[in-house]
Amino acid sequence: MFDLVSFIPRAVMQGIPLLYGSTGEILTEKSGNLNLGIPGVMYVGGICGVIGAFFYEQAVPAAEMHAVLAIGIPMLCSLLGSLLMGLLYCVLTVTLRANQNVTGLALTTFGVGIGNFFGGSLIKLTGSEVPSIALSATSAYFSKSLPFAGSLGWFGQVFLSYGFLAYLAVVIAVAASHVLKRTRVGLHLRAVGESPATADAAGISVTRYKYLATCIGSMVAGLGGLYYVMDYACGVWSNNAFGDRGWLAIALVIFTIWRPNVSILASILFGGFYILYLYIPSGLNLSVKELYKMIPYVVTLVVLIIVSMRKKREDQPPASLGLAYFREER
Amino acid sequence: MNKMKIHISKRASLPWYKAWAIRGIAILAALVTCAVVTMLLTGENPISIYSTIFRGAFGTARRTWVTVQDLAVLLGISLAVTPAFKMRFWNIGAEGQVLIGGLATTACMICLADKLSNPMVIVCMIVASIAAGAVWGFLPAFFKAKWNTNETLFTLMMNYIATQLAAYFIIVWEVPKGAGKIGIINQSSEIGWLPQLGNQYLLSIVTVALLTVVMYIYLNYSKHGYEIAVVGESQRTASYAGIKVERVIIRTMVLSGAVCGLMGLLLVGGINHTLTTTVVDGRGFTAVMVSWMAKFNPITMIFTSLLLVFLSRGAGEISSAFGLNHSFSDILTGIILFFIIGSEFFITYQISMRKSAGKEG
Amino acid sequence: METVRNAIRMEHITKRFGSVVANHDINLVLHKGEILSLLGENGSGKTTLMNMLSGIYYSDEGQIYVNDQPVTISSPKDAFDLGIGMIHQHFKLVDVLTATENIVLGLKDGDKLDLKKASRKITEICERYGFEIDLNRKIYEMSVSQKQTVEIVKVLYRGAEILILDEPTAVLTPQETDKLFTVMRNMKADGKSLIIITHKLHEVLEVSDRVAVLRKGEYIGDVPTRDASQQSLTDMMVGRAVTLNIDRPEPVNVTPRLVVEGLTVYDELGVKRLSDISFTANAGEILGIAGIAGSGQRELLEAISGLYPIAGGSIRFFDPQKPDDKQGRELVGMDPMAIRKCGVSMAFVPEDRLGMGLVGSMGMTGNMMLRSWRKGKGIFLNRREPEEMANRIWKELEVVTPSTSFPVRRMSGGNVQKVLVGREIAQDPAVLMTAYAVRGLDINTSYTIYNLLTEEKMKGVAVVYVGEDLDVLLELCDRILVLCGGQVSGIVDGRTADKREVGTLMTRVGGGSTDE
Repeated sequence: MFDLVSFIPRAVMQGIPLLYGSTGEILTEKSGNLNLGIPGVMYVGGICGVIGAFFYEQAVPAAEMHAVLAIGIPMLCSLLGSLLMGLLYCVLTVTLRANQNVTGLALTTFGVGIGNFFGGSLIKLTGSEVPSIALSATSAYFSKSLPFAGSLGWFGQVFLSYGFLAYLAVVIAVAASHVLKRTRVGLHLRAVGESPATADAAGISVTRYKYLATCIGSMVAGLGGLYYVMDYACGVWSNNAFGDRGWLAIALVIFTIWRPNVSILASILFGGFYILYLYIPSGLNLSVKELYKMIPYVVTLVVLIIVSMRKKREDQPPASLGLAYFREER
Repeated sequence: MNKMKIHISKRASLPWYKAWAIRGIAILAALVTCAVVTMLLTGENPISIYSTIFRGAFGTARRTWVTVQDLAVLLGISLAVTPAFKMRFWNIGAEGQVLIGGLATTACMICLADKLSNPMVIVCMIVASIAAGAVWGFLPAFFKAKWNTNETLFTLMMNYIATQLAAYFIIVWEVPKGAGKIGIINQSSEIGWLPQLGNQYLLSIVTVALLTVVMYIYLNYSKHGYEIAVVGESQRTASYAGIKVERVIIRTMVLSGAVCGLMGLLLVGGINHTLTTTVVDGRGFTAVMVSWMAKFNPITMIFTSLLLVFLSRGAGEISSAFGLNHSFSDILTGIILFFIIGSEFFITYQISMRKSAGKEG
Repeated sequence: METVRNAIRMEHITKRFGSVVANHDINLVLHKGEILSLLGENGSGKTTLMNMLSGIYYSDEGQIYVNDQPVTISSPKDAFDLGIGMIHQHFKLVDVLTATENIVLGLKDGDKLDLKKASRKITEICERYGFEIDLNRKIYEMSVSQKQTVEIVKVLYRGAEILILDEPTAVLTPQETDKLFTVMRNMKADGKSLIIITHKLHEVLEVSDRVAVLRKGEYIGDVPTRDASQQSLTDMMVGRAVTLNIDRPEPVNVTPRLVVEGLTVYDELGVKRLSDISFTANAGEILGIAGIAGSGQRELLEAISGLYPIAGGSIRFFDPQKPDDKQGRELVGMDPMAIRKCGVSMAFVPEDRLGMGLVGSMGMTGNMMLRSWRKGKGIFLNRREPEEMANRIWKELEVVTPSTSFPVRRMSGGNVQKVLVGREIAQDPAVLMTAYAVRGLDINTSYTIYNLLTEEKMKGVAVVYVGEDLDVLLELCDRILVLCGGQVSGIVDGRTADKREVGTLMTRVGGGSTDE
């Protein structure tokens, strides 16, 4: 018996952090920056939101909390945190032209470290018995579903039962798609990622576009971390709980062939893969569920291989992906 | 108006001692930054912070041994990824290649314990771990060579496939049922435990020391090493010189994977005697940075990996001494890396100031 | 208001790359509404100079004036704002975008991308000057001349008043060249000022009003085209009357060494690059190969060396060690290493000099090993012999380098070429193929190389010399094969042929027409 009505909402909730992550990474990669620091950025986005929410909850009793502040403060903190991470990546790879892979990996080490360190410190501060912090008051604001969600049966459950960040993720993905395809800024960004020398010669500031795309991409990805902790995890931060989702988001970028709008469905699909084991009767054999968790990665690999075999120009990664640009290279 | 403009150009060349001076300054600046950050968080003065770090890494004989063993593991994995990097093949899949080697080792230890004699089990472990790592290296290389499939993304995916495979088998082999972990394998019989040299640390240290020398010679004095260097520089030049590029790519990655597999063997059979999905603990990624910072020179890698291991062990000590979270070491590692990564810019490029036009003329 | 006479004035411009001075104290003027030819040999600093106008490079010293106003051009955007547009030799186009998208790239004309409106404006420009392009086509589906058209339209679309064309004809067929010149004259009639960079004299005389000459990074002078002749321009370009006097001894013991029959190759995109090529390279002779750039020279040499897939035909090699072998050995289907072992050696000097044949990060010794690395048993490299060879070449060819381990990337162009050609000769080949061996070299070094090739010829080697300079080909080679559009348009005797005859062959294929 496969309960689709309960499956889809759970898949969506699993998918939303991935959607944020992949949209952010697509924007970043379109500028030619392969930011392998995205997992770290998402951790930082999450923990900064937690820190903001934590201090607001400490300062104001739950009853007196204001919805705008309860949402605004964590969100601002989250955006700021991931922006700083994006800036750090840009300073190193764009201004100082450092190797992108190395910088990205260092950023992930650093970001995950920040997340777990401050997470751990907050846990210590609360003197809690369990190794986690619960921010249920803040989370209530974040996970408030749309009206009628409860009264419209399966329709409400599948489409209306999510917190606002889930809808925001879809809006951002659609907007990113529109910007990339239909606007001048998008055209310029694609040109920068495909051939920075050409873009430069056309009078486009390669540095500015790389900075902007990477920083905005980081902020979008950071929101994924925020959604995860505030909505999906009901405001509970525990160290390392976010897990591999950052890498899965990078896999999703390839899977969608660099298209944020495709990512909306694809991230839900990946989310579905992630929880599929819960819905497939495996009997007493718990081990099989670990194999189901492998599916997203295997599928991504297959897509990567097929795309490279077909050699269709439009489906290839941005041509300058991973390379630093220096105008006077000779 | 007298506006100054910053102009950046590539350096013609920089004497080696100046380049190393720049790196030295970067490391020094990083250490100072780390001290300041730690100071802000603990309120201790920098000197006592560094003496704590030093104590954490080398305070007792046992700590020193563990530090050197950690160094050996990180160095070993870094050596493994280096041939691929020299070829400009961005293998960030060492994590998975080591893990799969460890998984193969575990499989032999568990499944063959009551079927073969101890020496035979160990021989099987060696063969299986190396073969498993080699397969994990072969796959991305094959697709890179045949269809130019992006190797960074490919190897990244392979990491998680390895992780999930390991997770699957850990549950299959879990002891006791429902524990979700394997525990120490063959604890009573010690079948499949690699023999000790003097003490429990020396085997991996000696193995990696040998590996360092062999890799140095391989990269610098062998025909294979020469082929790798040429392919890394330009594939066109390589085929012009009669080098079979596809074969070199595949062979080198198989080698990379095999050495990673060997490190998995050391981790599981020699050091931990158990398998967890986090046994590699991000060192597959750290190795990328170690290798890159050392400019792919195996000898220099001893120092770069020492720096990172020293800091991470020391930061661990700081965390427990001052009641900080253990992830503190990741933050310090990050800071060090950012400084070193950034310093390369000042070695490759020079910055000059010049007056913007409009004044004269 | 005084009338502006000079579109561009460059004063005391100097540009260095590391220790290499690419431009030294240059003064150049472009009048309004004229076509100026910037003439100079390869490597004389023409492109570098122009790149400072287009904002790609920034001069180390000197001042630029546009419309008599002092300006700073520190980015391509600055150049656009000043109405300067450059059509680079390597097109600056984004492959996966369409023509229209490329043309509007970089413009700020509202946030929304209105490609329809842009297309209308582009069509207007095309009609005015007589361009033909399919605006919705992606660049990677286009031919070279179509790409060039997109480039020029792009520059016009953004209202450039000053156009710089960097060797625009190098990749064009004669018909396409004529079309381009017509367009250039239309633009001039429209009041635009143009600079065309070239090293082809007949083009200079045909299209320009005035000629400025650069030599080895220095400004030699300028003359009105009507007062110039091929001879006077050549004198300015090379610094003295071209009396080459290359030593050309009579060949002895001429026997067939390499017999090529019906060779045909296609590139990755399925375009025919060589069509039914047949010729014989004799031992003891220098066979010259002439043709405009991109006529199939590279493909021919690579096909013989086993580096280019061969669709049809045969290449037979007659081994000097086996004089009884009357059939010869078939090289088609052999791998590059085996072909090399037969003694077929190639020194191809690409435009960037390092692209093939040399490893930039290695020193001379490391580069010598590119040929010998496989020698010797066991898994280790033999360093001693390459080291000796490197030392020998270092001394004999007077290579300027601090040591044999100094990375060749950091050497100057001429020295890099000496290393490359010297190494090929040191292999004692049976067939020695060189392409553009003197590209960018000074006269003395060029002579050193000519003499080396002649020495090889007298040793009984079959030498193949692909060159750009017809005068050299005519004085150095015993026979000259002329390529045009991937076909052999003629084989002439180097001693009796005249320049006009070869020039005509270079631009016309007997019989069939060529596809792009």
